[in-house]
Amino acid sequence: MQHLIRACVVGVMSKSRIHEIWQQSWQHRSFVIGIILSFIMLLTGVVSLFWTPYSVELLDIPHKLQGASTAHWLGTDHFGRDVFSMLMVGAWNSMLVSVFAIGFGAGIGVPLGALAAGKRGWVEETVMRFNDFAFAFPALLTAVMLSAVYGPGTINSILAIGIFNIPVFARITRGSALSIYKREYILAARTSGKGEVRIAMDHILPNIASVLIVQGTIQFALGILAEAGLSYLGLGTQPPMPSWGKMLSESQTMMFFAPQLAILPGLAIVLTVLGLNLLGDGLRDILDPRLRRLS
Amino acid sequence: MKSIFKKYAKLLLISGSALIFSGSAFAAKTHLTMGMSLEPPHLDPTGGAAAAIDEVVYANVFEGLTRINQNAEVLPALADSWIISSDGLTYTFSLRRGVKFHDGAAFDSSDVVFSLERATTETSTNAQKTLFSAISSVEAQGKNIVVVKLKTPTGNFLFNMGWGDAVIVDSASAGSNKSKPIGTGPFTFKRWVKGDRIELGQNPNYWGKKPALKTATFKIIPDPAASVAALMAGDVDAFANFPAPEMAAQFQSDPSFTVKVGSTEGETILSTNNQQKPFNDIMVRQAIAHALNKQEIIDGAMFGFGTPIGTHFAPHHAAYVDLTGTYPHDPGKAKQLLAEAGYPNGFKATLKLPPPSYARRGGEIIAAQLRKVGIELEIIPVQWAQWLDQVFKNKDFDLTIVSHTEPMDIGIYTRPKYYFQYRNVGFNAVIESLNVTSDTKRRYALMGAAQAILAKDAVNGFLFQLAKLGIWNKNVNGLWENSPVQANDLTGVSWNN
Amino acid sequence: MPGLTNKMTTFLAKRLFSLLVTLLVASLIIFLLLGILPGDPALIILGVGAQEDTLAALRTEMGLDLSAPERYFRWIIGILQGDFGRSYTYDTPVSELILERLSLSLPLALLAISLSTLLAIPFGVFAAANHKRFADTGIMGFAQLGVAVPNFWFAILLILFFSVKLGWFSAGGFAGWEMGFGAALKSLVLPAVALAMPQAAILARVTRSAVLETVREDFVRTARAKGLSRNAALWKHAVRNALIPVVTILGLQLSFLLAGTIIIENVFYLPGLGRLLFQAISQRDLVVVKNIIILLAATVVTINFLVDMFYAALDPRLRSGGHE
Repeated sequence: MQHLIRACVVGVMSKSRIHEIWQQSWQHRSFVIGIILSFIMLLTGVVSLFWTPYSVELLDIPHKLQGASTAHWLGTDHFGRDVFSMLMVGAWNSMLVSVFAIGFGAGIGVPLGALAAGKRGWVEETVMRFNDFAFAFPALLTAVMLSAVYGPGTINSILAIGIFNIPVFARITRGSALSIYKREYILAARTSGKGEVRIAMDHILPNIASVLIVQGTIQFALGILAEAGLSYLGLGTQPPMPSWGKMLSESQTMMFFAPQLAILPGLAIVLTVLGLNLLGDGLRDILDPRLRRLS
Repeated sequence: MKSIFKKYAKLLLISGSALIFSGSAFAAKTHLTMGMSLEPPHLDPTGGAAAAIDEVVYANVFEGLTRINQNAEVLPALADSWIISSDGLTYTFSLRRGVKFHDGAAFDSSDVVFSLERATTETSTNAQKTLFSAISSVEAQGKNIVVVKLKTPTGNFLFNMGWGDAVIVDSASAGSNKSKPIGTGPFTFKRWVKGDRIELGQNPNYWGKKPALKTATFKIIPDPAASVAALMAGDVDAFANFPAPEMAAQFQSDPSFTVKVGSTEGETILSTNNQQKPFNDIMVRQAIAHALNKQEIIDGAMFGFGTPIGTHFAPHHAAYVDLTGTYPHDPGKAKQLLAEAGYPNGFKATLKLPPPSYARRGGEIIAAQLRKVGIELEIIPVQWAQWLDQVFKNKDFDLTIVSHTEPMDIGIYTRPKYYFQYRNVGFNAVIESLNVTSDTKRRYALMGAAQAILAKDAVNGFLFQLAKLGIWNKNVNGLWENSPVQANDLTGVSWNN
Repeated sequence: MPGLTNKMTTFLAKRLFSLLVTLLVASLIIFLLLGILPGDPALIILGVGAQEDTLAALRTEMGLDLSAPERYFRWIIGILQGDFGRSYTYDTPVSELILERLSLSLPLALLAISLSTLLAIPFGVFAAANHKRFADTGIMGFAQLGVAVPNFWFAILLILFFSVKLGWFSAGGFAGWEMGFGAALKSLVLPAVALAMPQAAILARVTRSAVLETVREDFVRTARAKGLSRNAALWKHAVRNALIPVVTILGLQLSFLLAGTIIIENVFYLPGLGRLLFQAISQRDLVVVKNIIILLAATVVTINFLVDMFYAALDPRLRSGGHE
């Protein structure tokens, strides 16, 4: 773990680069907006672990479907639960699922991709075939099937979204790693007897770290959308844990007299995903000058 | 102002596409589109227990010897009269003449004999064999008389013959009734676009009074939000069982809709696995009963629609005894009972919930109520398929919520293997007496006794009687307000203009 | 296509072979995964009140008692012959169900793809042409928003505004082709827009990036040097070569489109393939589920294959071995 972090940091920046990046970051509009939005969402989620205006397990049916007030900043839902609190915990839920899904996907995908790039031959072929197959199954389809077999829930959403992350990380790892493996010093490292895993850690990872970080941010955003879709269909996180998607599906029959219940969770999703996408774009521009040309 | 614009725009659209639509705009007066939430698996009411089947074909496509109307009265249908012997063991039905099945085949006593015998054979797929279990023989005497002999006198026999599972079918077409139902009713089956709608047409050779409606479409809309949108936009004219009670007020204040709240035979209960620890202990069940706040569940899950019940019996029945006060809402008492039973810190259990919103919403509320007395419930949502498999068949559950919609089904508590597994010899004895009693006063007394036993034993959490929330276009008349049997009887339905 | 070289044929053969292998593996995984789906189909069909002997009778009728390898081979051979089995819940040939649903899902998908392409490509090119100016930022801003909006939320908003408030469109449901081409198409408009929007956003961004990248390529500069006007150079060379990644993305979009239809068909209660799959899974109708999934997987894999072929045909540099 330590080694991993060190590799990422080393790959991403050297002393002079740090200053350059720092300057460029704050001049880059996307990055600024992105990081602010993302930070707000992250903060909300983390704070919800320690404090929310009301407990989300507190049902107060006599006070259901109220509008915004000093007691309830964003009103209450059909069970009398405080909407603001629900949104906060929903943020934590979305983050949790997405982060674990990325961890799962990258944890398997990156080694697979590196393996494919390093070994080539039939190993590469198998991995690429597996990739093709995995891409044929959108996350939603996998999740629907998984939940039919094992029941709905947070863990299954993580698995379903994570499974879709594997081919994405495998593909970009392989793509980026291919050119690195061809370089002279890899050959040198191999002949000097360095193990494959060490080569990967010391040479490949640092060089693809920026690509992975950018992709990770994008996958984070996609994960939030996927989690919302699954929860909307009822296949994701179950009550009493709130989730933005579930809040949206529950709000549909109440749009006519409580439209805020349909608008607020959707807005939360949009702002979060937007923030992360902007952050990802910004990071891409800043960290990888090669890719910067494209924007 | 906005509604005038809307009407004008709509008029423009209709007249503009009149060439393409050709007549559908004018068919509104003799056509009804009824929305329903669950699609029937097939259309043979004698081959399955899904309420949705009867909701499409009962009284419309198929008819039985008798028919149940919306007041739970038994009316003659294919049998225009009957004579019951003094010992209650022989029923002589006089059949209507000149009746034809939709495919032209003539209806006579052989069809009755066929239908009744078919329901009771070994390989029969009839879901309500108990309706026929009292029958010892069915005999045709000529083309228009059928004599049915019973093993024991059965007070409900004529009512039983009015159930959808007892409709009369033709031997030639019976095998294909699942996909092409052929009955004797005033409506014929026209088309089934799977997953979308079922279309019925007029039976030109119907024996009785022709209904005002010539055609009908049952539109299948499983999603409550889509149901709201469809009804509002006029895509659907009526919903006999509107799935979104939160919108009732909205429709009530809209002058173009009629909202009728009626009763169903659905006892909504928190089913408890009586053979599973800790629910086999009566004190635990009593504690749960004290922890439940029935009115809060009705307000939260059904937006106020529904009547609290204290036992497994419908409040609108004459024989109903109000036992809601047996274990009143008292969380303190609940905690005390739990401590006495050996659970001072409560315990953990699972709550499996099928798809309907009374279960999903009700479940969240109940979980919160039980949490207050220390019982931690894990909510496990399941689809009907899994519910039937895990809960109903394998009894693999702690608690669940379901609504039992068959009329007069208190007898399920006598079945030791029925999924909640309640076993009480005393209770069974009461029901056995009930089955052989025909005197109304005695019957009511026995029913009362049965209800009291179930309430005292807190067999299940008795929550509320499901209300029938019917919402339809203001100009539609004749739709049932109450649901004594599962049906959407369209024979008496008409449009105002 | 100009003369097939040896190199091309081997490439074709290799890719075709891997396509078949992928399909085979897919079918095995689907069969294994769904074989362990719990739930008794007989019980669902007969319902709560049914007796045990009745259930047993129905189970034998449905052939649920054969061995696993036997069932797998029967299934595969059936598919190759065009026999997709019989649905448990609807007692209809699955091929009939699929065709019926396709008559909605296919036009919907085509409509969505056309809408998104017609919107995205011109906007993307326009944005690229006005690089770093207001039009570019504006369009890209919208695109960013489009990607962040969940399509089911967008669908709900569309219904709220265009159906309930304005009454211009039905809130859902499919009029059916026999009601006339116009009526049927009308019921697909809102769903297609809901599906097309996120695709259009992604497509616009990709188009813009692709055009921008090709513009910098040397051969465009050479064309400009030869005297071609800026616009002519743009369209003749840049756009044509930018089409390569765009077409690739279109192929990948198919996956997202499939996922999107499941939700959108639910929101608009359309009797399409996506909703059929969703319902079949909850009804434990294994026959329907298995066959639709294998069909979908086959379609996606085949389309990706075709995209690869197109990709290769267009760019000779990429035809030599390798995947990327």
